[in-house]
Amino acid sequence: MNNLLLNNTLRFIGLVLLQVLVLNHINLFGHINPMIYIVWVFLFPVRKNKSLFLILSFLLGLTVDLFSNSGGINASATLFIAYFRLPILKAVLKKSDFDNILFNLRAIPFPKAFLFILILTIIHHFIVFSLEYFSFNAYSEIIYNTILTSVFTIIISILGIILFTKKK
Amino acid sequence: MQQLFYFIRKFRYFLLFIVLEILALFFTIQHHSFHKSKFVNSANFLSGGIYKKVNSINEFFNLKTENQILSEENTRLKNLLEKKKINLSSENITVIDTSQYFQKYEYISAKIINNNFTKRNNFLTINKGSKHGLVPDLGVINSKGVIGITKNTSPNYATVLSILNSSSKLNVRLKNSNHYGTLIWNGKDYNITQIADIPRQAIIKIGDTIITGGRSAVFPEGINIGVIKDFKFENSQYQEINVLLFNDMSSIGHVQIIKNLQKTEQINLEQSSANE
Repeated sequence: MNNLLLNNTLRFIGLVLLQVLVLNHINLFGHINPMIYIVWVFLFPVRKNKSLFLILSFLLGLTVDLFSNSGGINASATLFIAYFRLPILKAVLKKSDFDNILFNLRAIPFPKAFLFILILTIIHHFIVFSLEYFSFNAYSEIIYNTILTSVFTIIISILGIILFTKKK
Repeated sequence: MQQLFYFIRKFRYFLLFIVLEILALFFTIQHHSFHKSKFVNSANFLSGGIYKKVNSINEFFNLKTENQILSEENTRLKNLLEKKKINLSSENITVIDTSQYFQKYEYISAKIINNNFTKRNNFLTINKGSKHGLVPDLGVINSKGVIGITKNTSPNYATVLSILNSSSKLNVRLKNSNHYGTLIWNGKDYNITQIADIPRQAIIKIGDTIITGGRSAVFPEGINIGVIKDFKFENSQYQEINVLLFNDMSSIGHVQIIKNLQKTEQINLEQSSANE
């Protein structure tokens, strides 16, 4: 339990610093900045106490907002995917109930884990760019940015998960 | 009453989600209006402090270009000073006009510690704050041109609303005529901004210089912005005027903040005449 708490705290701080100090300044092809901090949401253990998870996800997004001067854009998107993480996970695994405590993203088959990450990332990025442009006229830019940034977020987050988590 | 408690308990997870989501959207919407974003900005001791630490490392790698820019600006200012000397010596009569000694603008030097230019709405963070006399709504420039307007201040830091932002609307004019327009940004290329509201009788050509208009109390008149890159003239209206900025917004370091010492006087006068 203590180990879990320490792990998630360090991951929280590490991902926020990585995001705001390194990844926000990558500007691949001029404007693509992958948003890796949402990996924290993917990896947080599935538990009965879901309120804590929601509040922490909100704070994660808000911390990133604080550094990048974007109001509550990241907080809103991160909270949204945190709320819909469990239903999406259930739908992807096609199980109504599973062993909550023992959930490990590495333990489920890769195509299913990939689909799970893909859906959450696209939802998150779509909300971020919609709120950033804040206009119906800019739908082409919103979709273009969502897809391109999602590709790089997914590649880096899967590589990161494979490198830095233990397989059971 | 009991049913209400039951309802809250049953849907407490969903209610928490809704409450937090509304809070996040509240921050977002508030951030879109210029003067109200008090809660979430990078002018606080935590993010400001971290950015300052990281910037002190980055700065080291840019020393060469920064020195180059400073030396170029020095040369330009020395040349201006030389011109002044000739003018003074050619006038033999000295007129003492005290009104000329009253300073109108004060410049405060600062450094960008966090720069954004790829998003739709970009903000910068600088390492000077209310302790150094900064307030919201001051112009920020560097030797090449306009950068933005200060937005929020904390004791040691301030955020700057970049000209690369959808809320940024700057009064500009053509250097060779007195036609005014508004500088906006469509969010596509960080080197190119647009001008709106130019009257159709204005004659513009590719390569014309754009300078600040001086209609607002924020910027003095005549600060460089950029040159006209291309434009469309349809239905006897200027449709899209693209301006190539003199500044490379992706690499800016040292900046000056312009404090207009007669701003309150000007605004009070304008308000009192508007009220009559």
